[in-house]
Amino acid sequence: MSLLQIVLRSLRQHMLSTVITAFSIALASGLLMSVWVVKDQARASFTGVDSGFDGVFGARGSKLQLVLNSIFHLEASPGNLSWVQYERIAADRRVATAVPIAVGDNYHGYRLVGVTTNLFDVEYREGKKYAVRAGYLFNPSKKQAVVGSFAAERLKLKVGDTFHPYHGLIFEKNKQHAETYVVSGVMEPSNTPADRVIWIPIAGLQNMAGHNAETASDVSAVLVKLRGKSSGMMMSQEFNLQGDVMTFAWPIADTMSKLFNKIAPVEMVLRAVALLVALVAAGSILASIYNSMNERRREIAILRALGARRSTIFAIVVLEASGIAALGAVAGFGVYYVIMSAAAWFIRQETGIVLNPLEFQPVMVWAPLAMLGLGALAGLVPAAKAYRTDVAENLTPIS
Amino acid sequence: MILALLLLNIENLRKSFGTPDGSVQTVVDVPRFSLDAEQQAALCGTSGSGKTTFLNLIAGILKPDGGRVELDGCPISEAGEAGRDRLRARTIGYIFQTFNLLQGYTCIENVLLGMSFGPGADRRWASELLERVGLGQRLDHLPRQLSTGQQQRVAVARALANRPKLVLADEPTGNLDPASAAESLGLIRETCQENGAALLLVSHDRGVLGQFDNVRDLADINRAAAWPGAGEAKP
Repeated sequence: MSLLQIVLRSLRQHMLSTVITAFSIALASGLLMSVWVVKDQARASFTGVDSGFDGVFGARGSKLQLVLNSIFHLEASPGNLSWVQYERIAADRRVATAVPIAVGDNYHGYRLVGVTTNLFDVEYREGKKYAVRAGYLFNPSKKQAVVGSFAAERLKLKVGDTFHPYHGLIFEKNKQHAETYVVSGVMEPSNTPADRVIWIPIAGLQNMAGHNAETASDVSAVLVKLRGKSSGMMMSQEFNLQGDVMTFAWPIADTMSKLFNKIAPVEMVLRAVALLVALVAAGSILASIYNSMNERRREIAILRALGARRSTIFAIVVLEASGIAALGAVAGFGVYYVIMSAAAWFIRQETGIVLNPLEFQPVMVWAPLAMLGLGALAGLVPAAKAYRTDVAENLTPIS
Repeated sequence: MILALLLLNIENLRKSFGTPDGSVQTVVDVPRFSLDAEQQAALCGTSGSGKTTFLNLIAGILKPDGGRVELDGCPISEAGEAGRDRLRARTIGYIFQTFNLLQGYTCIENVLLGMSFGPGADRRWASELLERVGLGQRLDHLPRQLSTGQQQRVAVARALANRPKLVLADEPTGNLDPASAAESLGLIRETCQENGAALLLVSHDRGVLGQFDNVRDLADINRAAAWPGAGEAKP
């Protein structure tokens, strides 16, 4: 019998502890990969989403709040801009496209965003424009809505359905507006926060019954595409440093990066916890094999009596530990997929950002290898004990 | 006249162990002992006379404190532990009183293990050996699924698995009823003969010893065995 066959037989003989220990390794490996992938993909996704715009204008306030509100459709608006201000922005020669948006209503928790139709001419990703999967774009002069794919799926809305919007960004049953909107179209999935939005004509949102008539022409933000890269720097200086009326969040990715940099210590803590879990799992290999060494003294003595060298016994135990770690590392991909699927579902539900559990990340190589290495290391202690087993003393049955 | 080939030659072999009271107990003190190739000999010894220690010294499981053990021309007593392991794996078959079969392994796997650390596993040879000891139909049985006598036969097959030049048998029939013991002893002797292996058997059972032409009393060859309490120190 080869060394490998002896190792496999031993693992099979101690099936229960092998499975339990491998499961703890799988959990650790899966958790390790998930923490890394969620962190890396979330950062890449959040900093990569700009919906095709270079910057966002909004009321004087936090750039982050402005970006979260207008690009990610999270958070409340920091304030409003007047229609005149929007027109000035749109007329600026440095601005190629300006899209005003207005927020303030929802339908069962999904935001209604009032927008002009030129939003649908902007490429939200290179070569990709928002497109309608079924039906058609809303008519700006009618009470029509185009529903993002995810919102349509969750709200079970289809073309021709009607609904009453609710006031505010948070769903409250008693705040229903009287207006009835007709679903004119359902969007293609874009895997961006836009999938969670119900788009309606901006005038519709501005003039919704119950909204303040004095601010009816206001907009929540203006999304802009600039004509040249250098314009952004100039405009940032002009509006953020010299001016005190508007905030210009530019570049959008930079604003999100700053958010992630702020929460970096939390990420580090999460990573440290995942690494600790990996160490504990490796410790479980050590404990399980080490504890079995007493009952295996005779077995080791028999193998030695048959001519197995101390180094062979040492190798068998280290290989056993590595085998358990390898089983766990393989099963870890299953755990990873389950955790990631749940995390991706939750993040998509809450933010519209799509994480792809199947996208390759370096952690998918180094984490299983690290678990394998830790497993082998953990095997060294029981292997040393096995190595020292006295043959003559242990050849008689242990009573 | 045909000269027999000397297989095992022992000179001034000594082994002592420390005792709980701090003194040193000599268990084996054999000035001279030898065995020819293919010879079958029995050693008679009472319990605690150092039989097992003597066999373990020959097998290289224990390293002697002094003296010389030469097996098939190789000074096993002077070899390092790895060298002794190698020599044991290739030259010696060992039958234990308690059989020492690995319980998680089938009959054939136990026999294959007997080859694994020496010449390498040979499944066909393992099957033939089990066939020879009457267990051809039990190759994939686990030891617990066999009777005591059958387990003994697996142990015999395993001892011959590496085509040894010397088979050491330590009270091989000690756990068997008289009928099974006689049958098992016959099998050990026959198979050793068929495979050209010398046999050195230790026992205190007169029935077993009576089967051998060459029987020696351990007390005659082991000076330590004559001492009170000799051999009782646990290695």
